[in-house]
Amino acid sequence: MDFDTILQLLDSAVRLSTPLLLACLAGLYSERSGIFDIGLEGKMLAGAFAAGAMSAYAGMPVAEGGLGMTWGMAWMGAAAAIAVSIVLALIHGFASITLRGNQLISGVAVNFFAAGSTVLIGQYWFHSGGQTPALSGNQRFEAITLPFAEALDSVPVLGPIYHDLISGHNILVYMAIGAVPLTWWLLFRTRFGLRLRAVGENPGAVDTAGISVVRQRYSAVLIAGLLCGLAGAYLSLGTSAAGFVKDMSAGKGFIALAALIFAKWQPKSALFACLLFGFLEAVGNRYQSIDLGAFVVPVQFMQALPYILTVVILAGFIGKAIPPAAGGEPYVKER
Amino acid sequence: MNKGLPKWADIILIPFLSLMLAFLVSGLVVMFIGKDPIEAVKVMVSGALGKYGIGYTLYYTTSFIFTGLSVAIAFHARMFNIGGEGQAGIGGVGVAAVLLSVAWPHWTIAIIAASLGAMAFGAAWAAIPAYLQAKRGSHIVITTIMFNWIGSALIVYLLVGPMQAPGMVPETLGFSAGSSIPTLHDIIPAFDKHAPANVSLFLALFAAFGVWVLIWKTRLGYEIRAFGHSEKAAIYAGIKPVKIIMVAMLVSGALAGMMAVNTVQGEAERLILDTVQGAGFVGIAVALMGRSHPVGVVLAAFLFGILYQGGGELSFAMGIPREMIVVIQALVIMFVGSLENMVRIPVERMFVRFNKGAA
Repeated sequence: MDFDTILQLLDSAVRLSTPLLLACLAGLYSERSGIFDIGLEGKMLAGAFAAGAMSAYAGMPVAEGGLGMTWGMAWMGAAAAIAVSIVLALIHGFASITLRGNQLISGVAVNFFAAGSTVLIGQYWFHSGGQTPALSGNQRFEAITLPFAEALDSVPVLGPIYHDLISGHNILVYMAIGAVPLTWWLLFRTRFGLRLRAVGENPGAVDTAGISVVRQRYSAVLIAGLLCGLAGAYLSLGTSAAGFVKDMSAGKGFIALAALIFAKWQPKSALFACLLFGFLEAVGNRYQSIDLGAFVVPVQFMQALPYILTVVILAGFIGKAIPPAAGGEPYVKER
Repeated sequence: MNKGLPKWADIILIPFLSLMLAFLVSGLVVMFIGKDPIEAVKVMVSGALGKYGIGYTLYYTTSFIFTGLSVAIAFHARMFNIGGEGQAGIGGVGVAAVLLSVAWPHWTIAIIAASLGAMAFGAAWAAIPAYLQAKRGSHIVITTIMFNWIGSALIVYLLVGPMQAPGMVPETLGFSAGSSIPTLHDIIPAFDKHAPANVSLFLALFAAFGVWVLIWKTRLGYEIRAFGHSEKAAIYAGIKPVKIIMVAMLVSGALAGMMAVNTVQGEAERLILDTVQGAGFVGIAVALMGRSHPVGVVLAAFLFGILYQGGGELSFAMGIPREMIVVIQALVIMFVGSLENMVRIPVERMFVRFNKGAA
């Protein structure tokens, strides 16, 4: 394997791990506050659809009934994705915080609702099997070339790394990576973060201190909605798909959930877990099966590896993953 | 939670009201995409219960009874087995392995052997998450989700590798003629000839009876329910959590696996990709609606059978995509499951007021 191949693999690992990272951080906020979220997949899918539909509508000429915009359509799409994802997050919050219902069942319902309604509405609006129209130009988030990337390309080793790996992604990739230190700072260096973690570990204590458990948990769920919306927008506006395709999240929400457990609910580890899982996917995409001489690793094994690794981590044989203590438990205020 | 609520309100009134809310919102969704909801109901019901459709409705019902019972029995032990999808898929591998190994002389022997294969493989796929929950405290919901994805990758691997029939299609060889089980048409000619409903429907009904006996008439069932009500009290009474978790999950996995007798042996007659088609998840809705009681599960499975078959008719007759069923399924899970308290709390208040007035 030569240097260029490795660089290409890492480059596609970064692209593939971006939606995982955004969804994983979404789950991190939610679960740190004590709300299990297996609806990451559904929020991401609904976001992807909203982004694709809105961006297509914004860029459509006025004569054809669109808004006829020439720039900023991608951002309109991202805003729609965030709005739709937040609506689903609020339904999840209402069920699990206000009504104290079962958070896992609520998550399952959100996933199905997204899977069904995106195709249903997509077919009604665009008449092409649930797909949104193909997007181009400013309807998508296009690659950004960082300063001096072209000039430095000729520098050995570091030049190509800067040009191919670090530069040349779209804005959402950089936002996702930037969200990691931001999340760390918010959770571990601010009062908001302390309270958010506290309601996930011991909501009774937070309540005794005169802070609203309900409000803390709703704010965590809202942030999760925002991040899942961005993850969805990335899928339809930031990848080569260039538009929404039925079931395009394809289990990424569950890989993100796996990454969250793999990372033991820590922001920095989440980055590495998502990069690892993205890398596995990149390798799986590039090679159908890997010949190790003694035996051949089938591509399906590569696809299943994130899940297998997560089960191993959950089993606690390699460093136990301990979830927030109050996760999944509705908080009932003492009277 | 039962604050002065009579039993009939708890097991009939609240699920019924929740279900009506789910259907009401489904109707709004149909209106949103510019179709007539009343017309849609007519198309679904006539399509699902007509001479042609009923054979399909009962075919789906059979699968949903198995997956619904699977989720229900885990619910009794207060566990959420979300892995029915994977367990049913691997159950299909079991069916194929058994039926391809020998040229079975008669379907009666073949269906017993295939059932054993399906149950063994389904249970095996539930065994690791169950063991990890029992011994290491790993959350069963997460591990069973992971096992769904591992299972689907494994099935793809088997069907493009070791178990693939000669050629490019990802499927096994067809099963021998001796293992072909009778359809309902073979028994009662009134059923349509092409409808896939088959004798495994009776296996499903028998399984429902078996679950009822196990849960309410045996010591083990008592222990499962006691454990589900209060783990602490159960341990105090000498019930071993590890045993209960393992038994409940193995039975749950075996029931999910049994679905493959209906789909793989009864319909496809070879192992193909994606035989489960979401039935494992429908089981969640069925168990919730049926209040985890076998009778409720059978009725709910029939309702979902109607929805699935009728949903197919919707796309033919009215151009509403098949995904409408997925939306209805989501709304049922939402209103009967996670949003249940939205109905329960007002109903409870109403009964409290009513009781006060009577006293």
